[in-house]
Amino acid sequence: MSTAVITPTPTARPRRLESLLRARELGIALAIIVVFGLTTLNNHAFAHAASIQQLLTGAALIALLGVGETMVIVTRNVDLSVGSVVGLSAYIVGDLFKHHHQMPVVAGFAVAIGLGAAIGAINGLVTTVARVPSLVVTLAMLYIVRGIDGVIVNGKTIDPASIPQAFITFGYRSLVGIPWLAIIVAVVVAAAGYAMRSFRWGRDLYAIGSNPDAAALAGIPSGRRVFTAFLVSGALAGLAGALFLAIHAQVDVTGGIGYELSVIAAVVVGGVAIFGGAALGALLLNTINQALVATKISSFWNEAIAGALLLAAIAFDRWLSLRVARNLRSAEGAHRDL
Amino acid sequence: MTSDVATRTPGSRRDSVDGSRGRAALRGLLRWETALAGVLIATLIFGSSTSSTFLSSTNLFYIGLNMGEIAIMALPLTLIIITGEIDLSVASMLGLSGTVMGVLFSHGWPVWLAMVAALVVGALGGTLNGVLVAKLGLPSIAVTIGTLTLFRGIAEILLAPRTITGFPPSLTKIGVAPVPGTQVAYSAAIFLILAVVAGVVLHAAPLGRALVAIGLQREAAQFAGIRVNRIKFWLFVLSGVMCAFAGILFTLKNASVSYDAGTGLELNVVAIVLFGGVSIFGGRGTVVGVVLSVAIVGCLQQALTQRNVQPEVQNIILGVLLLISVVIPNGGEAIRRIRDRARRRA
Repeated sequence: MSTAVITPTPTARPRRLESLLRARELGIALAIIVVFGLTTLNNHAFAHAASIQQLLTGAALIALLGVGETMVIVTRNVDLSVGSVVGLSAYIVGDLFKHHHQMPVVAGFAVAIGLGAAIGAINGLVTTVARVPSLVVTLAMLYIVRGIDGVIVNGKTIDPASIPQAFITFGYRSLVGIPWLAIIVAVVVAAAGYAMRSFRWGRDLYAIGSNPDAAALAGIPSGRRVFTAFLVSGALAGLAGALFLAIHAQVDVTGGIGYELSVIAAVVVGGVAIFGGAALGALLLNTINQALVATKISSFWNEAIAGALLLAAIAFDRWLSLRVARNLRSAEGAHRDL
Repeated sequence: MTSDVATRTPGSRRDSVDGSRGRAALRGLLRWETALAGVLIATLIFGSSTSSTFLSSTNLFYIGLNMGEIAIMALPLTLIIITGEIDLSVASMLGLSGTVMGVLFSHGWPVWLAMVAALVVGALGGTLNGVLVAKLGLPSIAVTIGTLTLFRGIAEILLAPRTITGFPPSLTKIGVAPVPGTQVAYSAAIFLILAVVAGVVLHAAPLGRALVAIGLQREAAQFAGIRVNRIKFWLFVLSGVMCAFAGILFTLKNASVSYDAGTGLELNVVAIVLFGGVSIFGGRGTVVGVVLSVAIVGCLQQALTQRNVQPEVQNIILGVLLLISVVIPNGGEAIRRIRDRARRRA
């Protein structure tokens, strides 16, 4: 069984596909606007700055994790360990601050990213060296990292008093009305998007996902590239852990539980093939979530809607790839006629 | 030839299947189930050293009670993974089935009718998975992550935040009493019967060979006249019904149901199947391995709990076992590859 969630589109794609993909991005953006508009008609407070900030903040962590998850999924792998890494990284950074209150904020972020990268490196090494399916490796790591987290946490909670104020401000401070968090995530999404589009190793990731055998024949060091994708995914999960701590100002053993499925949902709804899709997907899912609260429709509907959207997105991707395949075939036919 | 095909390791997927490789793979396969049996014996010794009553019938009853539903869900999943697909919606279906049964019962339906309705919901959910995977050709991992969320969401709409109790004591006694005349929990007894059926189907019937063939080479199976999509469709329906059945047992055992019953169990079920030696690539796996895997995990959890080992540490142990179970079969090849590369450099 291939662990690819969605077949990534080939590197060289016809212009028609390009425009269809853009339609996908627009479609999600449109869906966000429609949900937002309808909710605002129902409850005017939804359009207030504070509410919009909440929308962005709520989607930020999942969007950030989605960047790494996209890189992994594009190569036909999957990283299920991200939720556990978020929990462990958040608690360890909190614990460090608790015992070394003078520790600089930057050090907290560095520890978080380093820890996540280390776990990502283990995922990548086991997957590429032992050639074991990443679904199994990262499922095992989900248990192991969560277990280590439980042993370290041991029923304790990090409370706001033990975290430096300068660190917590990352959670709620904003720059000209835009939350810091959203800015950090936007920078990461933009940087990763540029790398995937323009750097050689970024293009290689797509090539590996499109056709692993062809990629190997083309001399692409597949193992090293897949390893890098896991490394980035782990590092971003570590960073997300630090931001989790900053947002909530407290953490216990439940931090980040179940995030892996939300992240995959955001990536799939957003469309794996387009970069930044994960961020849009996360924003759409969070907007629906908040809209249910704002319109006082029971928030119990949230999960079912997310599931239905997910299935619709998967079916849409399939339809898209079938259509592209048909277009390619008819284009070839036209050539032969000439 | 059949034994050749049935025993290929995932490592040899791209190599041609010749006799010597087949025999080597057969030896490897035998070793895997033998290794599991060894691990089970070690676990039992470890458990007995923990407490002198570990092998007592009461203790075994509780192990069966703990593992029953997970084990029942593992059987159809084994068949699905052997065909190269996966079903991650199993635990959500368990929760949805219990929810449907509880809600209808609380509306005054007779309990047996509510159970039938729960099974029908299981069949419908399985049909949805089956249509999306087998008819539309969508990747099963993505589809069933979607239905995982969808099924749990529907259960949430139907029941949250209530909890339903008050099921007839004559039924809920399966949570406290074994099958009369034995010391086996009801769910464990049902699992053992179903395991025999699954074992016969997988290893001694044409259908079983078809499942293995689909997992090894989908196209070849298609050309050999196997109705690949139809078989996959019915496997997902079967999985839905069995998980709904597990949901009924789970509800009766706890004598209550809330929408979040069994949340997260899907990963346990997958872990047990894979630890049982079923290849995630499809085409390889035995029911014996899965049964041994269920027994090992159940006994190990019980022994660790009796030693007051924290559940967190038990998680680590489960994860390490899972990792070992996939790394060891591939380990020899990986070492050979690394040695080759070093030699080429020298």
